[in-house]
Amino acid sequence: MRSSTALLIGFLLFALPSSLSAVDIPKELAMLKAVGPEGAGTAAARAAWSRLSQGDAASLTALLGALDDAGPLAANWIRAAIDTIAERELQHVGKLPVAPLEKFTLDTSHAPRARRLAFEWLCRADAKAADRLIPGMLNDPGVEFRRDAVARLLTEAEGLEAASKGPAAADVYRRAMSGARDLDQVQKIVKKLESFGDKVDVPAHFGYVLRWKLMGPFDNTDEQGFDVIYPPEQKVDFAAECEGKSGAVKWIDHATEDPYGKVDLNKALLKANSVVGYAACEFVADEARPVELRLTSMCANKLWLNGELLAQHKVYHAGARMDQYIARANLNAGRNLILLKICQNNMKEEWAQDWDFQFRVCDKTGTAVLSRDRVARATEEASAR
Amino acid sequence: MRRSLICTTLLLMCVSPIRAADWLHFRGSDNRSVAADGHLPSAIAKDEAGTEHNVAWKVPVPGRAVASPIVVRDNVIVTSASGYSQDRLHVLCFDATSGKLRWERQFWATGRTLCHPTSSVAAPSPASDGRRIFALFSSNDLACLDLDGNLLWYRGLTHDYPTAANDVGMSSSPVVVGDTVVVQVETKGDSFAAGLYANTGETRWKIPRQADMNWTSPAVLPGRTRGEDAVLLQSPGRITANNARTGEQVWTYEVACSSIPSPVADGGIVFVPAAGLTALRHQPDAKAAEVLWSSNALAPGSASAIVHQGRVYAINGSGVLLCGDATTGDVLWKLRLKGPFWATPVIAGDRLLAVSQEGHAQIVQLGDKSGEIIAQGDLGEPVFGTPAVADGAVYVRSDGHLWKIAEK
Repeated sequence: MRSSTALLIGFLLFALPSSLSAVDIPKELAMLKAVGPEGAGTAAARAAWSRLSQGDAASLTALLGALDDAGPLAANWIRAAIDTIAERELQHVGKLPVAPLEKFTLDTSHAPRARRLAFEWLCRADAKAADRLIPGMLNDPGVEFRRDAVARLLTEAEGLEAASKGPAAADVYRRAMSGARDLDQVQKIVKKLESFGDKVDVPAHFGYVLRWKLMGPFDNTDEQGFDVIYPPEQKVDFAAECEGKSGAVKWIDHATEDPYGKVDLNKALLKANSVVGYAACEFVADEARPVELRLTSMCANKLWLNGELLAQHKVYHAGARMDQYIARANLNAGRNLILLKICQNNMKEEWAQDWDFQFRVCDKTGTAVLSRDRVARATEEASAR
Repeated sequence: MRRSLICTTLLLMCVSPIRAADWLHFRGSDNRSVAADGHLPSAIAKDEAGTEHNVAWKVPVPGRAVASPIVVRDNVIVTSASGYSQDRLHVLCFDATSGKLRWERQFWATGRTLCHPTSSVAAPSPASDGRRIFALFSSNDLACLDLDGNLLWYRGLTHDYPTAANDVGMSSSPVVVGDTVVVQVETKGDSFAAGLYANTGETRWKIPRQADMNWTSPAVLPGRTRGEDAVLLQSPGRITANNARTGEQVWTYEVACSSIPSPVADGGIVFVPAAGLTALRHQPDAKAAEVLWSSNALAPGSASAIVHQGRVYAINGSGVLLCGDATTGDVLWKLRLKGPFWATPVIAGDRLLAVSQEGHAQIVQLGDKSGEIIAQGDLGEPVFGTPAVADGAVYVRSDGHLWKIAEK
């Protein structure tokens, strides 16, 4: 019954006059890109989607290209149309336009997610595409491509190790490290390289800030301190002394040796509940440039760059993961002031006692952006060695 | 003109009522974890001798999920999340007879994708009204698709309400009541429940909820008329019954509720995991629910309780299956199972299936005075999602596969 219904539907669709399949792609895409919060624009988007998704394989690259400037909601509408067309083409025609998809995949002017989508459909139509393309993508702007390239190198290195070709394996691990940005892969490579005697500067690889000025604790009773503007938020004066929760406080120097940049405020300031701590650093950029400021903390937090509040998260002990909070920002050439506010609440559970943070500066691929003074220091240390 | 005629014709051809045998939500169409018909097999998966029983098919599924499958006619729908950050969201439709993949749609998460390692961004189970699929994820992305995989609407609830998230992961599953999709998004930030028009995804109602982490799912509470149909919304500090069409609160009962197992309603009695397990009588014309009994001895662990034929069943935190009298709360019998359990058990006929987080499946013959494990089998992979039961077959999502288990 169902199959006969499907056949009838298929017949009716293919029997439509050709004029119905002449879709104005830019016009329909504009409808999809107009979707907004609270479901705004859905009715028009659904109609446009219905027309677009009836397109053939020739429309795929136009739709992929539309992902470049699509917002997050619109991107999913467009993606669903691409997947619908590509899936139908493979099922009914048995092929996809391999050459255009490969060309799109390799064109780094397109958005990484669009290229990745093109690549994955390419791989369904061309089983050899991954072997042909991925090895050259170790430093691709798309993090998923990089990850695949690193994974291949890890397999290669493990094979060399198994064949007792240690030096060659170490070389491959070093190449893998140059492209690796994901924590699991980096940790695996570091362990291997250290077994070969290499010393890896993990915090520099990720761009973790290690040297801070800290001030606190200030009061956060009943979590009210999150909204209180304490002196560091008014002006960061490293020579200043002000009234804290239980007496005068001043900025202190702190350098963490944690390979992932963790700053433990319980140790650096005071082991306490219902407190607020500030961390500040001067970041010297060679040039004005966009960056991502990536923060991890179990505690409520705020982040300022050069006096501008970029992000705030009033969440306590609800999980943490590397790069938990990402703020996109623009560094000025020269000195930039980064200020963090890290708030601890009064939860008594043992698992809720962490009062710490990790913070790194990187580009959108996760590649470290280091302060100029840190680069200079690393160079000096290397020379000394 | 011609197209609209064709579309109307197709629509009429495609319209079909909800089948009783479908399994449309987390814990089934009425959230009671009880199959409308059929029975559970007397042997399941791989036994101790290594013999595999009643596995009709087993197919790989990309990514990870702790969500339950749903079954709509001959379609088995599962969700999944993949990628290093689990930011790729999958909705997959399999042919129930053959296990063949009919279609797959992917989306990019628009909300947060951090979650505890034991969970997944595909933690909420999808829901259906028999014609459409509503696939919700921990990122609060909610996609509505028809049964052929056509996208009908898409909401990013964290995109709309940016602090509606927690980094342990969200897991509340939506329910569909009439033409309203109800979601419960309770977090320390934006915290709310909302009813969305099933047809358009637009917000029909939205009410604030307790700002705290909560992983429970709304449950259907049928009214005397469709207009009276309600949903149970359980939060750490209270449970409320809210009209499904308007969101208007029917009653509230303030009590410290569990934040993991969900409530269940049967015959106008609401069973809520609070003070152990508490039974409340729903009174449509009253502003309060009447407390019938509370029993610490029937406290569920992570899995939700089941009510069936005058009995209430719960698996406690130690992996003991408890059977109680649904009228009095008295414990009738206990049976130790091999746990621990995240997945809520399911009942079909007079048998109960419980699958542990290690993927150990146990079928219990339910009796008046005792329960007996009549079959055990291993799926060989972790199982966190509640199985679905439809047309006499059991569908289980393990870490990497979807299984159909059916007696030949």
